[in-house]
Amino acid sequence: MPRVVVDVMLKPEILDPQGQAVANALPRLGVSDVASVRIGRRIEIDFTGEPDLDRAREIADKLLANPVIEDFTVRLVETDETADARS
Amino acid sequence: MTTHPDPVRDTPEAYSAPAQPTEPLAQPTAPAAAPARPATADWTDGVDTVPRAGGTPGELQPYTELGLRDDEYDRIRQILGRRPTQSELAMYSIMWSEHCSYKSSKVHLRQFGEKAPHSDRLLAGIGENAGVVQVSDELAVTFKVESHNHPSFVEPYQGAATGVGGIVRDILAMGARPIAVMDPLRFGAADHPDTARVLTGVVAGVGGYGNCLGLPNIGGELVFDPSYQGNPLLNALCLGVLPVSRLQNKAAAGPGNVVVLMGAKTGRDGIGGVSVLASATFDEGSEARRPAVQVGDPFTEKLLIEACLELYDGQLVVGIQDLGGAGLTCALTETAAAAGTGMRVWLERVPLREPSMDPHEILASESQERMLLVVEPEKLDAVLKTAEKWGVLATAIGEVTAPEPDGRPGRLLITWQDHLVVDVPPGSLVDDGPVYARPMREPADLILLQADRAETLPRPADPEALRETVLRMIASPNLADKTWVTEQYDRYVLGNTVLAQPEDGGVIRIDERTGLGVALSLDGNGRYARLDPYNGTKLALAEAYRNVAVTGATPIAVTNCLNFGSPEDPGVMWQFAEAVRGLADGCLELGIPVTGGNVSFYNQTGAAPIHPTPVVGVLGVLDNVADRVPMGFVPRPGGDHDQLYLLGETNVELSGSEWAWVTHEHLGGIPPQVDLLREKALAELLAEAARVGHLASAHDLSDGGLAQSLVESCLRRGVGARIAVPEQFAGGSMPFVYLFSESATRALVSVPRGHDKAFAALCAERGVPFELIGVTDPTGGALEVHGQFRIGLDELRTAHTETLPRLFGGAAAVEVPAPAAGVAGAVEGVPLPGTPAEPVDASEVLSEPIASAGPSPQTGAVDPVGSEQPGESSESDPGAAEPSPDER
Amino acid sequence: MTARVGVVTFPGSLDDGDAARAVRIAGAEPVRLWHGDPDLHGVDAVVLPGGFSYGDYLRCGAIARFAPVMETLVDAARGGLPVLGICNGFQILCEAHLLPGALTRNQHLHFRNRDQVLRVESAGTAWTNAFQPGQEILIPVKNGEGCYVADAATLDQLEAEGRVVARYVGGNPNGSLRDIAAITNSAGNVVGIMPHPEHAVEALTGPSLDGLGFFTSVLKHLVGAPA
Repeated sequence: MPRVVVDVMLKPEILDPQGQAVANALPRLGVSDVASVRIGRRIEIDFTGEPDLDRAREIADKLLANPVIEDFTVRLVETDETADARS
Repeated sequence: MTTHPDPVRDTPEAYSAPAQPTEPLAQPTAPAAAPARPATADWTDGVDTVPRAGGTPGELQPYTELGLRDDEYDRIRQILGRRPTQSELAMYSIMWSEHCSYKSSKVHLRQFGEKAPHSDRLLAGIGENAGVVQVSDELAVTFKVESHNHPSFVEPYQGAATGVGGIVRDILAMGARPIAVMDPLRFGAADHPDTARVLTGVVAGVGGYGNCLGLPNIGGELVFDPSYQGNPLLNALCLGVLPVSRLQNKAAAGPGNVVVLMGAKTGRDGIGGVSVLASATFDEGSEARRPAVQVGDPFTEKLLIEACLELYDGQLVVGIQDLGGAGLTCALTETAAAAGTGMRVWLERVPLREPSMDPHEILASESQERMLLVVEPEKLDAVLKTAEKWGVLATAIGEVTAPEPDGRPGRLLITWQDHLVVDVPPGSLVDDGPVYARPMREPADLILLQADRAETLPRPADPEALRETVLRMIASPNLADKTWVTEQYDRYVLGNTVLAQPEDGGVIRIDERTGLGVALSLDGNGRYARLDPYNGTKLALAEAYRNVAVTGATPIAVTNCLNFGSPEDPGVMWQFAEAVRGLADGCLELGIPVTGGNVSFYNQTGAAPIHPTPVVGVLGVLDNVADRVPMGFVPRPGGDHDQLYLLGETNVELSGSEWAWVTHEHLGGIPPQVDLLREKALAELLAEAARVGHLASAHDLSDGGLAQSLVESCLRRGVGARIAVPEQFAGGSMPFVYLFSESATRALVSVPRGHDKAFAALCAERGVPFELIGVTDPTGGALEVHGQFRIGLDELRTAHTETLPRLFGGAAAVEVPAPAAGVAGAVEGVPLPGTPAEPVDASEVLSEPIASAGPSPQTGAVDPVGSEQPGESSESDPGAAEPSPDER
Repeated sequence: MTARVGVVTFPGSLDDGDAARAVRIAGAEPVRLWHGDPDLHGVDAVVLPGGFSYGDYLRCGAIARFAPVMETLVDAARGGLPVLGICNGFQILCEAHLLPGALTRNQHLHFRNRDQVLRVESAGTAWTNAFQPGQEILIPVKNGEGCYVADAATLDQLEAEGRVVARYVGGNPNGSLRDIAAITNSAGNVVGIMPHPEHAVEALTGPSLDGLGFFTSVLKHLVGAPA
């Protein structure tokens, strides 16, 4: 059964102190070729029946993302793919 | 984490001899004066330059959309002798806005200066980033409160967080280390669905920023009223301390000095206001990239604080200014105007978060965590090194230039990639803004409102009803325990917090060697101000003053945050004028100066303004914080107790009260009388009594009256009390009046036995009315009003603490330390009203000679509780009033 | 000779001054250490103070763990140097794998500051030998991410080896598993504690003087330790 994945990111023009802190720490690990890091949230939604993208979009708009400062994308992912991504 | 590569540093020769666009400088007001580049109607590399503006006088500009009036725009053209460039128009629209120019309030605020009592302590006053008050030979403190109301409604967390961040930078700019914050908060009805959204976000934002910055939150207010439903108020105060010799100022003095921007990169934060200024490229989606919300980064601010303090201590800066609401525009113009110098700025040197920003966007950006420094060229390296140590960016973006040869102030010249985009006299933006004496009219409904008095409402008139009223009132949102909120704030960090919420005032130690400390309180009452803005403001001042006094501190200075509706509404303008007059008169009567403040207009939803809400902050000094007086009754071993005195006079004053609102949803009549000379006498008495150790506890009486203060003092450390209502309040609903009237100038104190005679004599000597009303009861576990009711402390605690968790969630998560017995158990254990377990003879209390407000000798006085230890006891040692660490 | 106790300042450390004050009140000499300096300057013990090192972005303590001072400190701690991590310091010790488990967001999702009763479970560590086992103490807790978690096997091992140093009593303020407030390594020289003993060392500013015991303990430990 496919699963709906919602990715929530701060809008590009919004300051991301978290990503900035990570980017600043990378040189200490010997990584010097990273220009910027931005951090967001991934939310996985499993519907009881068929995955409903419109419904997921509604959930994201109302609850998961704060439209004042965040954008989101909604996509379908095969569940085994999610498992792969995790491993 | 490295310092941004700096063109000035990298190419010093280019820096020392900048290519000055001299033509416009020489003849600034002549539009036709040979422009540096040929004037054409075309955009030059996408920017509207000064030469172009000179050549296109007829080009239409969106000044109305920017909030400028026709006459204001004409005035700008007159000042410049041409139309402004886009960048200049953005700058004038920001600096001449109500927020920055105080154009509607200026004519009234003058009173704070004109009526100011003389003070030797004031090192910096109104007009500086924050007022600075000297508190010892070596030390000074600075404090200020500001509003961040609108942003906190749009995005509660970030609005509140950046509100805290902004006021902290104001304090930092004075040379002080920020050492505490406070936050008066006002929201709509507690049970309105949107209130939960705004409140939880605002509280998390205040905590998130302040906690991460390492500043203890020591107090504030939490008020619910429907008038704030669409317009919550977030006011934030910061307190700082500095050696007197480290006082900084904002003047960009010394031509040739370097202008350095330190802190976060500049992004498109909060430039919504100037978004009508189209970019030359008119690219698609330009709307999407203009957020109105600023995002705070407390970590960067913490580094900025440490870096600035190191710069001050190394005497590395000549002048400093924080970047606040008006960003670079305000910082550049204010620093230059303060010194009368000019300034030359290369705008492309400003480190950007988004490379595509236009000059006017860079100038208008409200990106947080930035400071502007003025540095002598030979100290630039040291400054950049300090910034690098703390991992903050620091970039030389310009230099201070000389005043005009004829002695007139210098000009501010800003280039963007070699194009001159700004050429203005900085003072014209800062000091020459419009000033309006707006029409004022008393609101038409005020007479009817004042005639509708709460004193005529039905009141509880029997013990059963009174008992229920007590429980209902202490559970009402405005009077309920605020732990759900204050638990989200760190009050311990820095290790100098001596008193914090829920105490009346916050007390902070500022010198560990001497014990020197300061006390602070912030208060306001929108209902009182709605009924009578003049006296309502005086009442706010009186309450803050009293809250500082009950800690044992001596009040010395005042700040304020004036939250009002639209100044274009004559009714609101009248309220504002009355409030300012009340505060200025009040400060004169109390003999303490207003050191600074903030005005927030346009707080309204549609045509409906909020209640006029002047929030007044009072700062006091404690020579030794060991003398501080807490609000809670003190546990005593072996069944001993303290005596309870009510200081001040109680009158039938219920209009505007919390009771009228909670039980009748009534707002009408005139607020309680206020007499500031008596307030002063009470404060002086409390300070003296604290100093000599007469007071075990002291608690201000205000919202909710005596009943509220009694309950709070009992619950603070779990010590009960037994009181009797005086004879003149016996019968009918008079006991209710005694417990719930909100008469001003009153305090509830507990006095250790052995101190009572001396304390009574002191009251008499100072002319402060006092009445012995009962005793603390460390073993009884209840609050008892003789002949009326007895309520177990567990029942009181449950009623008092359950409200906010129930309203705002986490009732399960917020485990209030479980009382020994639950509600049911407590009720079972409480005798029926009117049948107190240990009867107290009220007549004995009332016949107590000391209660008759005279200094008559107390020999033969009847101990109201018939204790076996009359007179002296081991508790006569003032130190005994000191809670042992384990008890606290 | 006065013991010298180092207090590390990371960017974003907040309670470093308080920790240094507590060390002083306990009778030792506080030595300020800087995150960027790997030299421990010969101190006899180290306190990693509370705060939000590097803003606590990403995960609390995740970035501080890579600070130059930590490279030296981790080796020294493995060699027996007494180290006390308070709050953010505890998080850093876990991220640095000197202590097992992790600290996650409070179960109720709020930052919480309150005076908290703890029961000292182990008085056998370098930082708790001044207490009696089972003694209840009152010190402030204040954190947003103080919920101690570890897998069941790790928790069982901690319990079995007597490495749970303190537990919350009278209400768990953050949802920590088994009410754990403080743990130690197997040698007993490294202790991580979520509440703040450094805020309970003065009658005027703290809820008790109970916090002082952690700092006097290490002095006692140092006197008894072989030179």
